[in-house]
Amino acid sequence: VSDSRLPRVVGLLALLAACALPFFLSNFRLFQFSQVCIYAIAILGLNMLTGYNGQFSLGHGAFYAIGAYASAIMMDRWNISYIWTLPVAGVLCLVVGFLFGLPALRLEGLYLALATFSLALAVPQILKYFEHWTGGSQGLVLSKPNAPFGLPLNPDQWLYFVCLAVLVLLFWLGANLLRGRVGRAIVAIRDNHIAAEAMGINTALYKSLVFGVSAAYTGVAGALSASVIAYVAPDSFNVFLSVTLLIGSVIGGLASISGAVFGAMFIQFVPNWAQDISKAAPWAIFGVFLIGFMYLMPFGIAGGIRLLWIRATRSRVQQEGRSAVPTQAHTTT
Amino acid sequence: MDIFIQQVVSGLATGGIYASLALALVMIYQATDVVNFAQGELAMFATYVCWSMINAGLPYWVAFVSTLGIAFMGGVIIERVIIRPVEHAPILSIVMVTLGLLVICNSLAGWIWTYVQKPFPSPFPERPLKIDNIVFGAHDLGEIQVTLLVLLCIYLFFRFTPLGLAMRAAAHNPVSSRLVGIRVGWMLALGWGLAAVFGAVAGMMVAPVLTLEPNLMGGVQIYAFAAATLGGFTSPGGAVLGGFIVGVVENLVGTYVSFIGTELKFTVALAMIIVVLLVKPTGLFGTTVVKRV
Repeated sequence: VSDSRLPRVVGLLALLAACALPFFLSNFRLFQFSQVCIYAIAILGLNMLTGYNGQFSLGHGAFYAIGAYASAIMMDRWNISYIWTLPVAGVLCLVVGFLFGLPALRLEGLYLALATFSLALAVPQILKYFEHWTGGSQGLVLSKPNAPFGLPLNPDQWLYFVCLAVLVLLFWLGANLLRGRVGRAIVAIRDNHIAAEAMGINTALYKSLVFGVSAAYTGVAGALSASVIAYVAPDSFNVFLSVTLLIGSVIGGLASISGAVFGAMFIQFVPNWAQDISKAAPWAIFGVFLIGFMYLMPFGIAGGIRLLWIRATRSRVQQEGRSAVPTQAHTTT
Repeated sequence: MDIFIQQVVSGLATGGIYASLALALVMIYQATDVVNFAQGELAMFATYVCWSMINAGLPYWVAFVSTLGIAFMGGVIIERVIIRPVEHAPILSIVMVTLGLLVICNSLAGWIWTYVQKPFPSPFPERPLKIDNIVFGAHDLGEIQVTLLVLLCIYLFFRFTPLGLAMRAAAHNPVSSRLVGIRVGWMLALGWGLAAVFGAVAGMMVAPVLTLEPNLMGGVQIYAFAAATLGGFTSPGGAVLGGFIVGVVENLVGTYVSFIGTELKFTVALAMIIVVLLVKPTGLFGTTVVKRV
């Protein structure tokens, strides 16, 4: 297997394994894996913004909340099918994210972090305020959809497949977006925005667009979570949700697509194990991991795997007497 | 009119708390170009330490002063041990480390002292002060005094002592300072220590009002952000003034704009931050940082 094909083969095998999961796992475990898919989508959105475009967001939980509530309100009020709420939530978040991205353009690094952090803090209050629509602090209780066409799947299994399908679709779209011309422009802005501008890239437009697309991904993830959990409440969208997403993004690997999946697994499963120690333990462990990764593995799990892979292949290449050393490792910062 | 004056005074009292925390944020920002997202949580932790000491039977002011000492040491140690390794890392790494600190402090406090709300004593008399028909809360007035005293001390320290001068120099121009023999690394650590002290003051002053719990400082911190943004992250005096302005505005808006009340408090702060950043990103007293390409 050649270097370029291996990741694709691994990805395909992982996808096959993911498709087989529903037939081996209990409903509760499956629910957790649906959550992993959802987090992975949200984290990919965050990766685009922070990893590829170099803009901070400590407030992506806000877009997750908007997506979740948009979907929940559509289902609750107008009986719209959950499937149709997904694109609507995505478009809504795209618009909101784009609009939030416009003023954010003027804000560099830390100021953007501040503004988004405040947004994350403010969201639960705003949600509670519009009680008429959001059900206040009680939240909205929804029902899980059944599998269509008489498929022999229970709701949890069906929702898992929906999440997985959306994940694959969005990852495919995202990978194509980031690999092409647009992706190169996005990375160029991160690496040196003045040079990027001099090359004729409309940095203002691209930055707002990335903010919008990133928000849209996170919004779709939020909308999916409304169906999977079948319940939305303002306090589940507090500032810690935003921090969780960011932790997943950093631990998985900021400027990587596969990193989003690793990060999602981390934020889904590590707290579960940690909860056995103490109610407060998950966050302490998150914090320790976060700081530890910043010291030891700033490129996250995906970056670590890539480095190991390069090291392994490099020694093989040297043995074969060729000098084709892959240079991809340094596209991450 | 009476209500108005009352609200302004109590606004100044909360403003003093925002001012202390904003000053802490600005000090660290000036020295290291980092916004310490964990500042509020460190303050909360210090407040819990104070609570434990009072609970163990120490008189209030003894506990208060020893807490300040512990906070100072804590700040210095955190800078030396946790922040130092990422000092020259990209901003994102440093922000992530402070976020890590935030969640660690928050969960440790919950772990040690549980999430149950605890009453925190106020050192000031219960009886409110009455002038004509206007009632001033004694705690409010005491708060203002304590804040002003701390600010005065810090002003004198930075203005008239050699150590204060060295710290300012280290923040302003690290390379030249090192050349004249200032130990820049230690000055940064001292800065973190002092910032932790301001935070602790803010925490201990606000705890009697909000009752002590691990999420005590979330709201205070967002207002301190607003204060620092309004005054300018590059201007300590501006941040203090910003704190008082923000406190008064928050109170007046809460009283007179009926649809906001207390339910949208954070949203007001968010709006303030965004408006300031849109209209005058450097804040009222900040200086524009010019970058050379």
